[in-house]
Amino acid sequence: MTPSEKTATMAHATRVPWLTLRRKEAFEAWLFVSPTLIGFIIFFLGPLIAVGLYSLTEWNLLSQESTFVGVENFRDALTVNPDFWLVVRNSALFALGLVPMNMALALTLALALSRPFFGVVFFRTIFFAPVITSAVAWAIVWKFLLQGEAGAVNQLLASIGIDGPNWLREPDWAMFAVIVTRVIKMVGLNMILYIAALQAIPRDYEQAAQLEGASRWQIFHMVIWPLLAPTTLIIMVITTIGSFKVFDHIYLMTGGGPENGTLVLAYYIYQQGFEFFNVGYASALAIIMFVIVLALTIVQLILRQKGSG
Amino acid sequence: MSLSQKQLQLIKRILWTVSLLIVAVPFVFPFLWMVSSGFKNAAEIFGQPSLFPAVWRWQNFLDVFDHQPFAQQYFNSLYISAAVTVITLVISSLAGYALARLRFAGSALLMLFLISALMVPEEVTIIPNFFLIRWMGLMDTHMPLILLPVFGAHGVMATFLMRQYFVALPKELEEAGKMDGLSRVGIWWKIAIPMSRPALAAVAIITFLHSWNLFLEPLVFLSSLEKFTLPLALSNFTDAYGLPLWHLQLAATTLAVIPILGVYLIAQRQIIESFAMSGVKG
Repeated sequence: MTPSEKTATMAHATRVPWLTLRRKEAFEAWLFVSPTLIGFIIFFLGPLIAVGLYSLTEWNLLSQESTFVGVENFRDALTVNPDFWLVVRNSALFALGLVPMNMALALTLALALSRPFFGVVFFRTIFFAPVITSAVAWAIVWKFLLQGEAGAVNQLLASIGIDGPNWLREPDWAMFAVIVTRVIKMVGLNMILYIAALQAIPRDYEQAAQLEGASRWQIFHMVIWPLLAPTTLIIMVITTIGSFKVFDHIYLMTGGGPENGTLVLAYYIYQQGFEFFNVGYASALAIIMFVIVLALTIVQLILRQKGSG
Repeated sequence: MSLSQKQLQLIKRILWTVSLLIVAVPFVFPFLWMVSSGFKNAAEIFGQPSLFPAVWRWQNFLDVFDHQPFAQQYFNSLYISAAVTVITLVISSLAGYALARLRFAGSALLMLFLISALMVPEEVTIIPNFFLIRWMGLMDTHMPLILLPVFGAHGVMATFLMRQYFVALPKELEEAGKMDGLSRVGIWWKIAIPMSRPALAAVAIITFLHSWNLFLEPLVFLSSLEKFTLPLALSNFTDAYGLPLWHLQLAATTLAVIPILGVYLIAQRQIIESFAMSGVKG
């Protein structure tokens, strides 16, 4: 046997078990992921493709007939149906109101509660409590509190001489009310993310700045805020996406009203699909929502990459 | 008169705490008002609001059970949330383990696939899922309320959380297990799972709460009262004219919220940490 033949046989001899081991590992891996994967294909991927196909049809559930209409539903939404742009406006207003308010409050609370002091756990527990409470319960109680004249909020305002509006019955106030009550419900989540980020900042940084004679505002502005930038970006995208998902909160507090003043995208999809049975049109709306969320997710991934790089 | 440094510090501290207490009002007020209004009678609900009822009407909490099959609905929520939690724990830790530890062609692609699902709202796929569930003959059953969260975006989030945790675990013990002749499932069950308790606890807490608070799916798939889950039942306390029966609705909401809040107050640290974990990694 020549030396080269010898090495060839050796390589062969070691490769066979290595290959089968490798194959066994891959087989086991697929076995492990198969429940998740199969369910994912049936209940997520399949439906996602289906909703794309539905969006190209004219399909009213009552007539039971579906006809292919191409991009007609999208054209209908973008150019014909005036409700669509109202919904886009409402969703944008909701996000533009909610995201900055939520983040500013979350950061303020986190700055106040990131260091141990007497009562810190008490306050953190309180600010986080609405996060674990069901959105349904939260919406029911706030709807009760925000009633016109008999509502507790207006009675409270009356006692300090303010004549409160009928919060949920006037379009502009209704939008304001659903935003604020949603912020109170969800701000605790961003607060704890900010607290975690603040606690990860080494204290030396601050102490060094203090020695240099920096004021507290300067320390925040020059040291802490830049270090929080990656967290801020992630929170911003997550909160924005979350604001597009809001359904139960609005369904229960205003039902999209008054005068469609709080009709947002998630609720509009539900309304078109399950109240008016316009399957094709509702599916086109779902695709539009998917594209918006996908775009935001891609932005987030790019920002994360930049943040870590 | 000048204040000493110490006194100044104390005053600052007090002002600080007072302002935090003021901010806390809209966070605490709804809970207090919910409980107290649950004890009022219908007349007092519409009268001058006061935090304490004139007469504490315990009867409301019994009437809740006459108005709807509330005990059954409570049980539905409990068992569905428990089922979702157990199934999610098993399949997400299996898949998470494979994605973290095993080498196989397509694992990167699979990850990308799953990531894409992470952020997609359930409103996007709810219409085809409605037809799918109807085709399967599962309308007005609890199956869609178990299947959709387990296999939807929430299940994917759980899988990622598990994967991230397994990746960070040291491999040595598992390799020792392999030497001892443990099978792959044996290594997963006897070594990896016991080491990943914090991640499992986080997944369990978030999954249970997610299922417990689910609203859109019950709304779309359920139609009989005795099949309702709590969030759907709570939204359903109206009189013959469709107007809310506030005293009963708030009594029922109190019954639904207080036990969860109680558990939260006991385990707040663990629960808050679980959300921090999923938020950072999801």
